Amino acid sequence: MPLPTFTFLVFAGSFLAGLLGALTGLGGGVVLIPLLTLGFHVDMRYAIGASLISVIATSSGAAAAYVREGYSSVRIGMFLEVATTIGAVVGAFLATRAPTRALAIIFGVVLLYSAWLSRSQQDHAVTAEPNPWSDRLRLSGTYPDGRGGRTAYVVDRIAAGWATMFGAGVLSGLLGIGSGAVKVLAMDKIMRIPFKVSTTTSNFMIGVTAAASAGIYLARGYVDPVLAGPVLLGVLAGSLLGAKALVRAPVPLLRTIFAFVIAVLGVEMVVNGWMGRL
Amino acid sequence: MSDLGGAFDDEKMERTMGQLLRLGVLLAGTVVVAGGVMYLADHHGERVNYTKFTGHPITLRHPAELAGSTSIAVLDVGILLLVAVPIARVGFALAAFFAERDWLYTAVSALILAVLVWGMLRGG
Repeated sequence: MPLPTFTFLVFAGSFLAGLLGALTGLGGGVVLIPLLTLGFHVDMRYAIGASLISVIATSSGAAAAYVREGYSSVRIGMFLEVATTIGAVVGAFLATRAPTRALAIIFGVVLLYSAWLSRSQQDHAVTAEPNPWSDRLRLSGTYPDGRGGRTAYVVDRIAAGWATMFGAGVLSGLLGIGSGAVKVLAMDKIMRIPFKVSTTTSNFMIGVTAAASAGIYLARGYVDPVLAGPVLLGVLAGSLLGAKALVRAPVPLLRTIFAFVIAVLGVEMVVNGWMGRL
Repeated sequence: MSDLGGAFDDEKMERTMGQLLRLGVLLAGTVVVAGGVMYLADHHGERVNYTKFTGHPITLRHPAELAGSTSIAVLDVGILLLVAVPIARVGFALAAFFAERDWLYTAVSALILAVLVWGMLRGG
């Protein structure tokens, strides 16, 4: 494909991926890698490298907006970033050693899991039993209740949450994705942190996690700037627009459509990985 | 919690951090756009093929390589700037927690920073 056409199509595709990722809260990385590998026949390693860089851009670019809402917790984020960054370094080392078809299959399974996870999201009751370590580690906090006041919350099952975060970091480093779904799972479902706090804090953590594996990706030559450039600009523009349009968009409908698309892509990745075509 | 009487609290820190991140991304994005335009102008007649992995060599191991200042190098600078943004965020948090005299989180930030720097330097 001629360079200008390729650059434009990759930018447009990445823009759409970023837009949908922000509107549905699932992140752009999950559709970006199938788009590049299945759609543009890009080698899995280049796709992972470009995706990782775009993940850093969106996470950092959106942070200012999230902070203004007052939900995210810098302490919970940083406490768990210790787990995700160590996991990300481990994941990146594994990625440089694993065959690409294995990566494709793992990626497909993660896509199917994300699709399944996106169907069920309701807020849970605030945890009843106070965990003394929540205060000791200064993880307890408050968030706006929407009526001008603030609701207090504590953090539970810290060790299990930390371990899951390590897993999220490994996935992020292995596949070049933000693994926001697993991060939210760890905070929301395991540590019983309020959903809004979980999602905004997760966004905050994604960039730092991705930066941990970026050095290894760069040194291994996974980040080709001619590909990563339009990808990161497209995803960034798309996700910023998506975050703005979020209020007016038919989110439940979009989620259903997007979950379906992700599931189909997941099957495609597993099949192509199995046949050794990626 | 803060010994500075709220002169520097978590909320203020997060807000400054958010601004810092946005500014960093804007800067990196601008450099990538500039590099991309330069690259397209130089290579618009070429065809691209990413089906075979050859690996992109890092052109910026030494600052001297920047002197050549090809469009690829500009793109690489943009990407490295972008990667530096979250790392700078952790560095900022380290300083802020230190200013708050929150030793636990000063240590947490230092640990994250150590992992990030190790990942950068250790490479492949």
